[in-house]
Amino acid sequence: MSTPHSQGLSAPSAVMRHCVLLITGALILVPFVWMVSLSIKPPGEIFRASFSFWPQQFYGIENYTRALTEAPLPQYMLNGVFVCTMIVVLQIAVCAPAAYALAKLDFPGKNLLFAMVLIALILPHEVLSLPLFILGYQIGILNTYAALILPFVVSPFGIFLFRQFFKTIPDDVIHAARLDGLSELAIVWRIMVPMALPAIIAFAIFSVVSHWNSLFWPLIAVRDQSLMPPPLGIMAFKNEEAGNDYGPLMAASTIVVAPLIIAFLSAQRWFVEGLTGGAVK
Amino acid sequence: MAEISIRNVTKSFQATSVLREVSLNIADGEFLTLLGPSGCGKSTLLRILAGLEVQTGGSVAIGERIVDGVRPKRRDVAMVFQSYALYPHMTVAQNMALPLRMRRLSSWQRLPLLGRFMPGTTATTAEIERDVTRTAKALGIGHLLARKPGQLSGGQRQRVAVGRAMVREPAVFLMDEPLSNLDAKLRVQMRAEIKELHNRLGVTFVYVTHDQAEAMTMSDRVAVMLDGELLQVAPPQQIYADPDDRRVAEFIGSPKINMLEGKVLEAGLANMAGAAFSVPVQVASGTTITIGIRPEAFHVVDSHGLNVLTGSVRMVEHMGSDLFVHLDVPGTDHPVIARLLAERAPQIVSGQTLHLGVKPERLLLFSADGRRLRPEDHAGATVLRMKEHVQ
Repeated sequence: MSTPHSQGLSAPSAVMRHCVLLITGALILVPFVWMVSLSIKPPGEIFRASFSFWPQQFYGIENYTRALTEAPLPQYMLNGVFVCTMIVVLQIAVCAPAAYALAKLDFPGKNLLFAMVLIALILPHEVLSLPLFILGYQIGILNTYAALILPFVVSPFGIFLFRQFFKTIPDDVIHAARLDGLSELAIVWRIMVPMALPAIIAFAIFSVVSHWNSLFWPLIAVRDQSLMPPPLGIMAFKNEEAGNDYGPLMAASTIVVAPLIIAFLSAQRWFVEGLTGGAVK
Repeated sequence: MAEISIRNVTKSFQATSVLREVSLNIADGEFLTLLGPSGCGKSTLLRILAGLEVQTGGSVAIGERIVDGVRPKRRDVAMVFQSYALYPHMTVAQNMALPLRMRRLSSWQRLPLLGRFMPGTTATTAEIERDVTRTAKALGIGHLLARKPGQLSGGQRQRVAVGRAMVREPAVFLMDEPLSNLDAKLRVQMRAEIKELHNRLGVTFVYVTHDQAEAMTMSDRVAVMLDGELLQVAPPQQIYADPDDRRVAEFIGSPKINMLEGKVLEAGLANMAGAAFSVPVQVASGTTITIGIRPEAFHVVDSHGLNVLTGSVRMVEHMGSDLFVHLDVPGTDHPVIARLLAERAPQIVSGQTLHLGVKPERLLLFSADGRRLRPEDHAGATVLRMKEHVQ
């Protein structure tokens, strides 16, 4: 992509391609830029007809102070960090051995199990929310961290992604590891997971992003403010009095999104490699 | 002490049978090569020895111990793979240390951070490091210990793979086509090095290859395998000069052995390709037999007669010390290939008529089912053995 000429593209089509990419990139970027811009404007400027990125009056400090103090946003962020970390750690702990078994071991019913993983991959998680709610009520974990974490521990997507990646690792490596004295679990953690690191990191980013931003299930599962994840915190600025609290709302949104953007940029290389690495070997 | 005894081992994947009743004894310290074309089951047999695959039937013993159902790591065998199977995320030193760490350190001592505070870890780790360094130096890869496999050349990777197997001093070395990914020059060099390694370590080697040159140059004994069966197990010279089976004779030797079909006319005489051959076996007249003649068994004679093939020269290949002469003999499908010493053969040009003689003792006779007919065999015994074979 960065070297269109080396792929034999003529100059006009290279220009065309970059135009399309730039427009698409801009479309995705504009709302974020707008959000950041609004978060540093006073209420009066937000609804002005003309648009400028920089406010005439810098109101950022007030907005961000309100965002951080009005709702317990730091508490929500900590909840988000804890819940996402637990989810991703447990997901990898469950998915890697499961994927190893599906990719490299022979046992009766393997294809059936994999088919079930694929079916689970098709089902949106929301479909399961009512059964999960009832289940959570029965075992008494509603309104706890466990209610936010446990439903996501088994990730069909993770199992599928890891299985595809593990399948590209030659059998001889596993045979060598067995001869070297590694147990099957040691093979998973000391050989397969380090070799599939790009896929693991890509999956971790997917998982963290989707659970950091998750609104639907936390809304159902927890009522206690001290357990709420960041998106519920943003809601706090929407419902009260009028709709004119957009400055702090946007400030809160910026604070909530920032960690993800920083994490993605620092792990970008792994992310891209993990998505394509399995397919193009 | 690690002699290996394989008894009636069979292996099938669903309906296809890969190994059929393979029995083989390998002496302690022997270098045995399993030789055969790809798909003949030789790698499967090696994997069964290693414990990586489970046989369908039969039993394997290493040393005094039956190892059926024993896990690979408990068998005291090490294996070198065709693809080397190095761990790409570990350095050479870590690759070579892993089998030692798994054996000498307890699972507590192997814990990532806490392990080094367990009693004895430091001493054992230092010992492992010493052993790894010593082995690496012996293989000439001492300067590569900090590199990762991706930064090494093919030959260096191969040495690391050998080093990883060698460092734990196993009783048995298993090698699965370890040289086939190397270029021709390096292959010849590593061939000598592996042979030297065997002499130095004195442990049992089982070596799998499809390359007859490797098998002939390195082995104490060669086991020729075809379609899941062991055809012959013998020292290299005997495999070449005295094959038990037509398929062995055809697989070994380059250029390929010449095979001529014919009929026994009367006792001790057979007719093939318009020539009479003395056959010192007692088979009924009218029996179809095949005569195998190695290319170098021919010599030029002046005229047609007993044990002489006559034909016109199709092509002459000069190989320096030898000439390969391709001879069109009436009544044969393929040209007969003769390997003649350059200085002994007179000037041979294509198109000319040539008489090639063979000494009767250099004729290899095979019955119609491919079994070798030896002078002491007589018809009755052959029939009996054929019946046993069928049963």
